[in-house]
Amino acid sequence: MCLAIPGKVVSISGDDPLTRMGRIDFSGVVKQASLAYVPEVNIGDYVIVHVGFALSKVDEDEAQKVFQYLKQIGELDELKEPAP
Amino acid sequence: MKFLDEYRDAELAQKFAQEIHRITTKPWKIMEVCGGQTHAIVKYGIDELLPKQIELIHGPGCPVCVTPLEVIDQALEIAARPGVIFTSFGDMLRVPGSTTDLLSVKAQGGDVRIIYSPLDAVKIAEQNPAKEVVFFGVGFETTAPATAMAIYQAAQKGLKNFSMLISHVLVPPAIEALMSSPNCQVQAFLAAGHVCAVMGYEEYFPLAKKYRVPIVVTGFEPLDVLHGILLTVQQLESGRAEVENQYVRAVSRAGNQSAQDLVKKVFQVVPRKWRGIGEIPQSGLGLNEAYSAFDAAKKFKLTDRCVDEPAECVAGLILQGLKKPHECPVFGTRCTPEHPFGATMVSSEGACAAYYRYRRQGAKEMVVAS
Ligand code: SF4
Repeated sequence: MCLAIPGKVVSISGDDPLTRMGRIDFSGVVKQASLAYVPEVNIGDYVIVHVGFALSKVDEDEAQKVFQYLKQIGELDELKEPAP
Repeated sequence: MKFLDEYRDAELAQKFAQEIHRITTKPWKIMEVCGGQTHAIVKYGIDELLPKQIELIHGPGCPVCVTPLEVIDQALEIAARPGVIFTSFGDMLRVPGSTTDLLSVKAQGGDVRIIYSPLDAVKIAEQNPAKEVVFFGVGFETTAPATAMAIYQAAQKGLKNFSMLISHVLVPPAIEALMSSPNCQVQAFLAAGHVCAVMGYEEYFPLAKKYRVPIVVTGFEPLDVLHGILLTVQQLESGRAEVENQYVRAVSRAGNQSAQDLVKKVFQVVPRKWRGIGEIPQSGLGLNEAYSAFDAAKKFKLTDRCVDEPAECVAGLILQGLKKPHECPVFGTRCTPEHPFGATMVSSEGACAAYYRYRRQGAKEMVVAS
């Protein structure tokens, strides 16, 4: 029920912050969503959409955190390997 | 799809699992609060990648599952009335009330419509001024901003033929209720990422401190869930009990301020009964005075009622982490998604339905790289 998926904002219509709508591309399926709660969002941004509302903008730098973390673990592994 | 596929990589998932194996020295019970996470865990077999000592307990985080029978019965009563268009998210349609469900009401001629967004219900009300349009407002903090906006816009447009049957629930009071129960076995929580996208995670600091439990805000993809579990186990193994945020790409500490503001404007915190758990103080949202004209329960003069759950159904114990679905005597035999006894079998995010779908026939998609 709390399913919310990331999609790319391809166009924005309306100026009133309360009724601003965006067309959001979810891998080819384009749907309308309200941008009322993400006033900072621009075309090209990724947003998390739930029941027709964008709830947050995906932070592209932070999105790398999971992978950086894995890299760190990897480096730790290498440190532990016996020196040749 | 960007921001989805890269979080489903099987090799990287194995790496996380290895690290969890490496650091785990003791048995730990971790509850994933959200049904979306339960679904991902069972679907991708994440629990099977973990060390034997780690048990995942499937929490009450599925709003469809915890909507009380009484409210489902109220929905059925409204939906069956002539002159009413009853609108709802699709997953509420097969939830059994005490005698029937919305799908059957629809089959018998009730005007029941599935909608994607609460704003669609407002549109239907504008287009059908001679009908009463009712929306079934269920959900956690994630969904509340959407229902709040629908009410707010309906008020601005002066719609008189629109109302909502509301059964909104809040996560932190449910965590508190679980932790303060004497049977509680949970030692740490994965908090629901999308709830926190709206609310932030300030509310969890007092809970982590009071009950000395780690609470890690976690996303929904396999790598998110594994990363969340790793952070949790690190805390448990080192004796820490802190609030951490795994889902940084979508969640900030303060959450979405404008969404919170509108929710506060339209709703007030109320006591709420949770199916299978009972009443939890201050655990729901109801319309506040200024918007009470949109309260369907008042508009249709519904009376409070009390209904018993089917005796065989142990969904309440499952929602509290005290039983697993296959321990239910009627699981998969008399209770199936086609004929659900309890709500945890109806929604794909309910623990019973997830086990039925992915564990019964042994059919399981392991984490796949795409
Ligand atoms: S299998 Fe069915 S009857 Fe048993 S606990 Fe789950 S929903 Fe209830």
